[in-house]
Amino acid sequence: MDPSLIGAIASIGGLGLLLGGGLAYASRVFYVKVDPRIEEVDEALPGANCGACGQAGCRQMAVQVVGGELTGADCPVASSDVVARVAEIMGGVAGAAVDMVAIVRCQGSPDKCPDRFEYSGFQTCTGGDKIGHGHKACDWGCLGFGECVAACPFDAMVMGADRLPKVMDENCTGCGKCVEACPRDIMHLIPRNAPVYLACMNINKTKKVQEVCDIGCIGCGRCANKKATPSGMVSMNKETNLPVFDYSYDDEPVVAVDVCPTDSLVDKKAGRRPIWHIDPTMCNGTGECAKICPVKKCITETDGGKYVIDPEKCISCGWCEPVCPTKAISPIQVNAIRKVG
Amino acid sequence: MDWGNLFVIAVGAILINNFVLMRFLGICPYIGVSKSLSSAIGMGMAVIFVMTIASLFSWIVYVYLLDPATNFWGVDLTFLRTISFILVIAGLVQFVEMVIQKLAPSLYQALGIYLPLITTNCAVLGVAVLNIDENYSLVESLVNGIAAGIGFTLALVLMAGIRERLDLADVPKALQGVPIAFIMAGLMAIAFLGFSGLSVG
Repeated sequence: MDPSLIGAIASIGGLGLLLGGGLAYASRVFYVKVDPRIEEVDEALPGANCGACGQAGCRQMAVQVVGGELTGADCPVASSDVVARVAEIMGGVAGAAVDMVAIVRCQGSPDKCPDRFEYSGFQTCTGGDKIGHGHKACDWGCLGFGECVAACPFDAMVMGADRLPKVMDENCTGCGKCVEACPRDIMHLIPRNAPVYLACMNINKTKKVQEVCDIGCIGCGRCANKKATPSGMVSMNKETNLPVFDYSYDDEPVVAVDVCPTDSLVDKKAGRRPIWHIDPTMCNGTGECAKICPVKKCITETDGGKYVIDPEKCISCGWCEPVCPTKAISPIQVNAIRKVG
Repeated sequence: MDWGNLFVIAVGAILINNFVLMRFLGICPYIGVSKSLSSAIGMGMAVIFVMTIASLFSWIVYVYLLDPATNFWGVDLTFLRTISFILVIAGLVQFVEMVIQKLAPSLYQALGIYLPLITTNCAVLGVAVLNIDENYSLVESLVNGIAAGIGFTLALVLMAGIRERLDLADVPKALQGVPIAFIMAGLMAIAFLGFSGLSVG
């Protein structure tokens, strides 16, 4: 046999055996215990090592995720499936304990908040914001060039025909890219289950707000009034003249939305709340419900001494239910009403 | 020991025949890892490290196993050069990675992803092959390996510094990102061409 053939097989084979055996042995001797979740998260991530998350590679990101510093949503490349898989490995909570969702804190479409001049510079929010406090009449209003929409990695935002961005909650992961992108701090993150939020940033009061926008918060404080929110969930910030919602309260401030004179509060569950109904066979006619009902002429006394709720006027606040001594009041789903009506 | 000769080799590998800008080896990490200065320095350190041990072990493998004049069986196995070098470098880097993960976790953190990324980098294979082509001794090979790594790091760090500033510059939209980086790489290569007139030794 050709000696060079034997030499070749011996050299490469020997080298391979030596290195292979050495590595196998070394992997035992130099074994380092690591959190098995790091391996799992690493496998779930895209594995492109692109560095877009700010880490050196996917493995470094996995270490940070397991350490609680990052979440799957910090990977701009990851699809929502990957984010969900990472969250599953981490036991349902991928870093942040509260599931957040983005909101738009402005409702000033051109018909409600007009432009004060025609802007023809760079068609970006950052550019528009720099020229004369922006072209919107309101210094806090959304400029509508959609930098937030462009920044959204999950296709959870669209630009509406009213020049205001819309967030689709089911796609929003609460990653906060839109919050970073907005030069006016209009985008904001709130808990996903938060019932109501304020969609205005204007810190001025009454007249100064009304001059520029029909739907801006005028700082009247009616929503924070004890009559509207007895739980104390809403309070007025004296410096910004805006109501502040404390989402740690388990309250649905529907009445606050109802009393707002400018509609600047947005009810996230609007249309999905049940309206209430009094069972006439159980009503004993004490009228406690009519006393507590915040809406005028919503609960009225019938000729037979019973009380009825007008489904057209009911704002779904549910205040009447606990005060009824005979438990005659129960919710009926909105869609059920629609079928009847 | 001929210090002058080693100095010539070192200057040659760092400046005159810079691996990235004159030999165009290792362009992938040069563009890929030059986005930020800190990761460029991490990558550079890992490359210096790997090139040094690759020079050492590939030289040993070549002389004692492949070269007919010096190996154990006296037959010409030089045709196995590429495959055996890749085998040795990949195996060694894996081994070294395990060792430093166990013994020096902080160094492992610093080198991070870059160690496994450069196991089969062409610049690392290039330095091993060049050592043989130039008939370097073991010491010369080591110096060439370290110097080539330093040259790579120099080019990478310079590029990262430029790209960090480029992020703030007004670059035409079509050229933003990698395209302008390639143009910068070309300009830097032209600048390094000036070193080819340098006469040492």
